[in-house]
Amino acid sequence: MSEHKIALTVNGARREAEVPSRLTLVDFLRDVLALTGTHVGCEHGVCGACSILLDGRPVRACLMFAVQADGAEITTVEGLAPEPGTLDLLQDSFWETHALQCGFCTPGMLIAARGLLAETLTPSDEEIREAIGGNLCRCTGYKQIVDAIKLAAERMRQSNAAGGDRVDAD
Amino acid sequence: MSTPIEPGGKFRYIARKRRTKEDRRFIVGAGRYAADIALPGTLHVALVASPYPFARILSIDPRAALAAPGVKAVVTGDELERATGPLMSGLDIPKVKRYPLAVGLARYAGEWIAAVVAESRALAEDAAELVEVAYEPLAPVVDPEAALEPGAPAVHPDHGSNLLYRRKFVFGPVEEDFARAAHRLSFRARWNRSSTVPIETFGVTASWNPATQLLDVWASIQMPKFPDQIARALRIPGNAVRVHFDVDVGGSYGVKRGIKHSVLAGYLARKLGRPIRLIEDRLENMRGGDAHGPDRIFDMSVAFEENGIIRSLRIRALDDVGAHVGRAPLQLGKPIGAIVGPYRIGSVEYEAISVTTNKTPEEAVRGFGQSPTNFALETAVDRVARHLGMDRIALRRLNLIRHDEFPYTIPSGSTYDSGDYHAVLEKALAAAGYDELVRRRDAARAAGRPAGIGISCCLEPSGGNAAFEPLLNPKNETTTWMEVCGVKVDLNGAIVATMGTSSSGQGHETLAATAIGEILERDPDTIRVVHSDSLTALPSNSPVGSRMAIMLGGAAAGAAEKIKAAMIRIGAHNLGAAPDAVDYSGGDVVLRADPAKHLTWDRIVEIAHRKFHRLPPGLEPGLQAMHVWEVPTGGAMPGPDGRVQMYPCYAFEAHVVYAELDPVTGQVRLGRYAVGHDCGTMINPDIVHGMTYGGIAHGIGAALYERFHYDAAGQLLSGSFMDYLIPTAHEVPEIEIVDHCTPSPLTTFGQKGSGEAGYLGAPAAIASAVNDALAPLGAQIATLPMTLSALGEILAAAHAAIP
Amino acid sequence: MKAANFDYARAATIDEACRLLASAKGDGKIIAGGQTLVPLLVMRLARPALLIDINRVAELQGIEVEEGAVTVKACTRQAVALGSAEIRAKAPLLAKALGFVGHVQTRNRGTVGGSLANADPSAEIGLASLVLEAEIVAWRKGSRRTIPIAEFFRGPMTTALEEDECLTAIRFPVWRGAGRIGTGFQELSPRRSDFALAAAAAQLALDDKGVCRRLSVGVGGIAGSPFRAERVAQRLVGTRLEAGDLAAALADLTDGIEIMSDIHGSADYRRRVAAALVARAIDEAKRYASAGKG
Repeated sequence: MSEHKIALTVNGARREAEVPSRLTLVDFLRDVLALTGTHVGCEHGVCGACSILLDGRPVRACLMFAVQADGAEITTVEGLAPEPGTLDLLQDSFWETHALQCGFCTPGMLIAARGLLAETLTPSDEEIREAIGGNLCRCTGYKQIVDAIKLAAERMRQSNAAGGDRVDAD
Repeated sequence: MSTPIEPGGKFRYIARKRRTKEDRRFIVGAGRYAADIALPGTLHVALVASPYPFARILSIDPRAALAAPGVKAVVTGDELERATGPLMSGLDIPKVKRYPLAVGLARYAGEWIAAVVAESRALAEDAAELVEVAYEPLAPVVDPEAALEPGAPAVHPDHGSNLLYRRKFVFGPVEEDFARAAHRLSFRARWNRSSTVPIETFGVTASWNPATQLLDVWASIQMPKFPDQIARALRIPGNAVRVHFDVDVGGSYGVKRGIKHSVLAGYLARKLGRPIRLIEDRLENMRGGDAHGPDRIFDMSVAFEENGIIRSLRIRALDDVGAHVGRAPLQLGKPIGAIVGPYRIGSVEYEAISVTTNKTPEEAVRGFGQSPTNFALETAVDRVARHLGMDRIALRRLNLIRHDEFPYTIPSGSTYDSGDYHAVLEKALAAAGYDELVRRRDAARAAGRPAGIGISCCLEPSGGNAAFEPLLNPKNETTTWMEVCGVKVDLNGAIVATMGTSSSGQGHETLAATAIGEILERDPDTIRVVHSDSLTALPSNSPVGSRMAIMLGGAAAGAAEKIKAAMIRIGAHNLGAAPDAVDYSGGDVVLRADPAKHLTWDRIVEIAHRKFHRLPPGLEPGLQAMHVWEVPTGGAMPGPDGRVQMYPCYAFEAHVVYAELDPVTGQVRLGRYAVGHDCGTMINPDIVHGMTYGGIAHGIGAALYERFHYDAAGQLLSGSFMDYLIPTAHEVPEIEIVDHCTPSPLTTFGQKGSGEAGYLGAPAAIASAVNDALAPLGAQIATLPMTLSALGEILAAAHAAIP
Repeated sequence: MKAANFDYARAATIDEACRLLASAKGDGKIIAGGQTLVPLLVMRLARPALLIDINRVAELQGIEVEEGAVTVKACTRQAVALGSAEIRAKAPLLAKALGFVGHVQTRNRGTVGGSLANADPSAEIGLASLVLEAEIVAWRKGSRRTIPIAEFFRGPMTTALEEDECLTAIRFPVWRGAGRIGTGFQELSPRRSDFALAAAAAQLALDDKGVCRRLSVGVGGIAGSPFRAERVAQRLVGTRLEAGDLAAALADLTDGIEIMSDIHGSADYRRRVAAALVARAIDEAKRYASAGKG
């Protein structure tokens, strides 16, 4: 077994660690960095609960080893809000449409949605379902999640016109 | 889009749009799930699992494992059998014993044989591979009907046979009704094994503190009497176990009982003096987590008249619970409380048979047996229609209990509280655009694409009166199914309520806050609801049987009423008036004769907490109340014939779904999906709708994709997410819910329960659609899931049969 | 599910990757996207002593267009290939097939070369590559060789690559001067993006009278490896690909092919479905060619 030094950016902060080669990225985030918002659902790359943004794109953190993320820029659910205590428009839209129940798949869904909305603010229903097609949810039947993403896209379009996309905590 | 419901607008907060307060922590990744609990010094558990479905365990040699890096202990079933009490089962079968680890015999492939404890999960897994187990494989029994044949291998040799329970209930003049009816038909329906499979597996951390003699438990739990069973098994006092109910549970829908995991973790914590964490990985969960769902064969007979009136039913329900017994067999009993569905059927014979085989044990699944039963009932109704050449909807209209017949008592002794099934069905048909769907269907058929419309009318019994417990086990004389809520108003005038159970996405905090806010006329967003632990908790029967809206809602409202009464007394006393001369308005108490004279909420709170000299005599200081509520219409033991009132409130759902089948591949594409739903008053519409959409998605899985598939040798072939196929956003169509409200006369706000909605009617509706599509080809299917290849084979045979 | 221990090395060049692979003497495994390898590792179905990471090898990134071919370097992410205008123009069947591969997240990490080296019988990239008669470029011990795709797949999860050989690029010949090109890709799986029970891929060219001048068609998911249906193609060239032409040509599609059977579908079911999917893929390609959509 080998141990490796890694340095990467997580939610905007530089993090350094020494990790065993077999430690997965999701276990590194949860157990070493104590960022428990990213969840483990299957560990074999199907459920999507472990989704994070790697260099801006959604990937499954259970299918990477931490050592492979050396030099990478990672965003987890904890890094989505503009500031601690606030919500971004996407998160607030999830709240508005009740796009979650138990919350376990939610971080992964938010990451997948973020990835989509970074590419388009006018996603079709089909594109939304494709974007979250790799994220399993057992609670919601997906409808309120699709509604949330559509709402977020609309609000982001309007906010781009107005400037600013933060929702303060209530 | 859903049609919003406004029941005369009579509520201030109930039934109105409100954001779910729990959502706030989940959308920022601040949920606190079992795997997030990190205590210093925690040790991790990995399991050694049996590769054989049935085998004698000859020896277990832990020496190589114990010598591996970071390993602290290896524990086997023999040790647990000596040191702990057996786990409880729902039946009176004392010779069928169960411990967290196998004792003497491995009874299913995946059963946990030994537990390895190490400094990390990875090290524990490394060591688990080094545990040497010698097995003597035995011939397994995998088919439940074969398990009942004489000479079949006995899964529990001490018990003697594989029959766990058998009883035939006869409610009403069944034989007479069958003899007199113009027609009879019989068929077999098969509900193959699937389960709820939450995305979070079961996990538990247990920590024993010898200085306080207290075992702390954090678990992803949804289980009645969980702390009690841990204490019993570990042979420690009930108040030596503290279960933390404020752990967020990542979905359960019934199955997260985790009793073997928790007893094991608790035992290890006491033995090793360090916190123990056991989180199932997905493979352990699927094969060894003991969380499978109903695996059922229904043999149905129906007696009916030429005009379509259904007179009587004979139902033989055989369920294969797998190798060990917890609560699962009771899932044959609950459907008795709605055994005729929403129909006016005068007599029913119901034979319940519970069987053990060498498969993973079942656990309680959403609906507790009602969904498979609804599937069997609705299949029967569709077959009657086909037999008579009668329209399936017309047949249902004829047989549905009418609005003016409520409360309606069914032959098995349960009374349905209220309903208007015809109105809900009409709403569903209208929302679906039924006539247009018929045209679409006919056009598709003409173009060579099998197409069908599915209909189902199903009940959702709610309220959690588990009278099936004493019904199936008369030695278990339990008739108390209460819920409790405590509410207090603190010195600052802020409201806090406590609930004594965990939640797994049902929005209980929002539910309770809304109920309390409604009574106290205070904004629910300002009301905090906390989950206490089992030492400080008030007793709860946990969120099962769609009971929390009814029971927690009722208990919360009851506690709030007590506080309101106290506030009125304080206000009246300080206004120099009688309590009936004042009005309570938004938290203020106002003198009716002269509204300028009033006391504000803040003033009353101040008096209550600090100004004893201003309290009316006899009223205790402070503002706190606890309300204990037994389930309405509950409290009675079953009669000798098995008649008993089960659940108090009956929600109803009518599904209408359009489906097309690929003529060669058999692939099912669901189109328009509308469901009419009546759960009385909805405390929070978004929460109810959300669970209904989710329940339908769940039902789509059970109908088309999900199966725990065993081969003839007893090996589970679909033990990971690669082969156990959970619906994604692609498989769930747009769904429209149309609400209807027939309030329950039994509850505070007229609410009925709703956590199981959608799942109880969707499999039946989808089966109905597929059969409607197959009907012109002279084919039918009564086995779930209706997989690609199953439908492909049926279509091929049907085409081959065409000359 | 935690992987068994392994050593990890990150290669900077193809040369280094091959040396590391050779040094592991059969106990080394290359990791590219990891979307299929990591599940095997954490389930302990694969237990290499050394994992060689090629994700940072610059020579393995990129899409190159040359005369008559487009070359996709092995570690090109599936998402990048899916969005590539060059691939869409020069190897349209590959572009179409990529839309069926996995999910957004797996495509962001999974690589074109990784899928081919993995050789899952139902993999879409392998099927499309076979139909496009691609060439595999591989390196070992400092020297390069080209393996025609027809010789590349040897069975389920088995390729012609040597133990110490690294797949470095895939070269797709471009169809030229053949007429109006159309592609079709049909896949049957229980849920969208599941492993295909059966898949059919077709690329064809029509002349300006709508007669098929060139056709390549293949089937995946039903046998140990994808296979080209050359008899079928030969019969259909020169026809207008009407229903009758197709029915006649497809009658013996799976003769001589050993068809798999599992819990998702019997051999008989797969056989029947394969023929229907091939017909549909050809039909789809014909529609695209006629509409000038490619």
